[in-house]
Amino acid sequence: MAAATCTLLEFQGTGKTFGAVRALEGVSLAFHAGECLGLIGHNGAGKSTLMQVLAGTLAPDQGAMLVGGQDLRHRYNVRLAREHGIRCVFQELSLCPNLSVAENTRLMCAGLAGWGWRARARRAIAEQLQAIFPGHGIHPDDIVADLPIGQRQMVEIARAFVCEGEPLQLVILDEPTSSLDAGVAAQLLRFVRRFVEGGGSIVLISHILGEMLSTCDRIAVMRDGKVVQVRPAADFTHTSLVECMGHAAKAAEEHRTFVSRRHGTPVVDTCPARQGDGQCVRAYPGEIVGLAGLAGHGQSQLLLQVLRQRVRGRQGVALVAGDRQSDGVFPLWSIAQNISVASLAQLRRGGLIDPGAERALANEWQARMGIRTPSMDQPIVALSGGNQQKALFARALATPHPLILMDDPMRGVDVGTKRDVYATLAAEAAKGRTFLWYTTELEELQYCDHVYVFRDGQAVLDVPRSELTEALILRGSFQEHSA
Amino acid sequence: MSTLRVSFSAKPWLWSFIAAVLIWLATIAFTGGQGAGGLLSSALGFSAFFVIVGLGQLFVITTGPGNIDLSIPANIALCGALGMKLMAGDAGLIAPALLAVLVAGVAIGCFNYGLIRLLRIPPIIATLSASFILQSLAIAYGRSVRIQPPPLFYEFCTGRLLGVPYLALAVSLLTAAMAVVLARTRYGRWVLAIGQNARAAELAGGRVGRIRFATYVLSAVFAALCGVLLAGFSGGASLAMGEEYLLASIAVVVIGGTSVAGGFSNVPGLWGAALFLYLLVSMLNTFGASAGIRLICTGVIIIAVIIAVSARQQGGRR
Repeated sequence: MAAATCTLLEFQGTGKTFGAVRALEGVSLAFHAGECLGLIGHNGAGKSTLMQVLAGTLAPDQGAMLVGGQDLRHRYNVRLAREHGIRCVFQELSLCPNLSVAENTRLMCAGLAGWGWRARARRAIAEQLQAIFPGHGIHPDDIVADLPIGQRQMVEIARAFVCEGEPLQLVILDEPTSSLDAGVAAQLLRFVRRFVEGGGSIVLISHILGEMLSTCDRIAVMRDGKVVQVRPAADFTHTSLVECMGHAAKAAEEHRTFVSRRHGTPVVDTCPARQGDGQCVRAYPGEIVGLAGLAGHGQSQLLLQVLRQRVRGRQGVALVAGDRQSDGVFPLWSIAQNISVASLAQLRRGGLIDPGAERALANEWQARMGIRTPSMDQPIVALSGGNQQKALFARALATPHPLILMDDPMRGVDVGTKRDVYATLAAEAAKGRTFLWYTTELEELQYCDHVYVFRDGQAVLDVPRSELTEALILRGSFQEHSA
Repeated sequence: MSTLRVSFSAKPWLWSFIAAVLIWLATIAFTGGQGAGGLLSSALGFSAFFVIVGLGQLFVITTGPGNIDLSIPANIALCGALGMKLMAGDAGLIAPALLAVLVAGVAIGCFNYGLIRLLRIPPIIATLSASFILQSLAIAYGRSVRIQPPPLFYEFCTGRLLGVPYLALAVSLLTAAMAVVLARTRYGRWVLAIGQNARAAELAGGRVGRIRFATYVLSAVFAALCGVLLAGFSGGASLAMGEEYLLASIAVVVIGGTSVAGGFSNVPGLWGAALFLYLLVSMLNTFGASAGIRLICTGVIIIAVIIAVSARQQGGRR
């Protein structure tokens, strides 16, 4: 390809590990001027980690990062990335909601300093918005909090392309169209092409296959922390992209004898809030129901919806949080108190919580979950992450409730713990308990009896385990064309 | 020494009691031992009022950052006036009047939480603005002549058993009951859980809104109770009688060892802190300090204690 003449930055054998988890392994990938590179892969494939390394927010621990033929890995950081004209628009919006559009522009651009920066910032962001999203209807003095989510995303994108005396060579767009409507998304993709033809470089991450294929020059497919394919976009089709993302070997995996439990009255029968076609998520007694799809496509919201509904109706429900720090752990309490909090009604004797019964409950679940601690009276924060997670499982499983919700609960949990927990789940389900399990790991779906694949806040696929394949889930997670 | 340290860290409320005893010793050393018993007796009597409001404030502060009840002083003024007027000096009306005061407390708590929840006003502003309304009601309602409490009620509020005020005994029982409520009931556990992490509490099945609602009602009921007892103690209600309880209700909670960040409380410490505050003021009185000096010293000591307590808590958590 002609565009491949000027290389901005090149990864060579780059790796990154988080404890025992290898997030990136031997990644070799070059970013060229005048090219739009697509990056695609399922949850945990390493896309976000790779982009954070590129943006300088994460330091890689292996391999080389070549810039102009020089290895800068050891001193690469956000400032250096910015000096080389590398910028990033991440999925989570990073605008300050209490400031105006122009003021937010100033925050990113050091060049907009000194007298009259306000006027220059207004002009710069207005020009950029006009160039990317003609007819956008946003005023530079609008307060970000007053803008709808789509317009905030537009500001976020436009801001990345403002350059006042700073270099601009490569922009990372991570799911930029997820909150834009079809017309605006098309404007953005047209702008990406114009930017690239003018010599710029774009890295595009998207779950809409159609826009990847039509906008990118090259597409790199990632899986398990590695880049498994890099080819010109023209060489891919929808089908071949989906195939690349999955494990070819796993397709042949044999299924255990499958007995459907879909009879009787469902324990859960709830439509996701954004569902348009009336498709509901159902779970029957004794069933493990998986919620699949890319992270952040409405699975957690559905769990919250079910939880609130049942708590309000005084029907029993317990939840295992995945984000331990913000959703699960009570940091000032002991392990025992953290476990008993959801079962207090059962631990009462004569109206008061019985300390003996509380201790017995804690000790029983220490043994059942294998929580490694000398005493359950230790503070929970003294436990390792995996053991804290076991305590959160114990909290939910110790309740008498018939329905357990799990919000991607295996994040950062080691393999041994996982195996123990899978076995416990299967045993509890056999006793008639129902599980609603959001997971970002494809392998975990094989423990489910039934799977719903989520995309854009809706359940788009509804498959029993007997018909479940990885390719099916990937096809459901990635949209063929933009809406 | 190390065992000593362990027993201290297990019972953080000991600190406030030790400080109270030290101040008491300093005072009687100055007077040469005169009036030691009397001082202790009156300290117990006044501390009982601090502790009643402190109990309510403690539960509110425990539900987490931002939660505070600033309507306590106005509540005391209004409910003191209400109680005295309904009793009208008649011993037969004591019970219905007390009941009415408690109902008024519930209503004030509902009003406070209504402002917080329905109008989404931060608690600090909601309860402060509620206190303006309550204070105005108290002014309008209590405009008539100062009404004396019935002699029987006055007797209960000021009487002593072997030098210990009846009220101190009653409030000690109340304190013990609330300590049990906090540690051994579902409501208490959820209060502690919400204070540590409200989102996790909701996801663990806690009904966060109801618990906070109940807590603001609890605080208002205790303040109302304090109001009517204080009016009985002082021989009638006055509009300004709640004033010092704004700072005192918060100071006893914090000096008593409860975390301002929520989720961790110390019920017995309320007594130590209340005695400490009262004895501090009387010590400065005994030393002949002027009103200005007294206020300055009280302020400085409260700040110093809060700094010491928070430094110790941070050290412990690290």
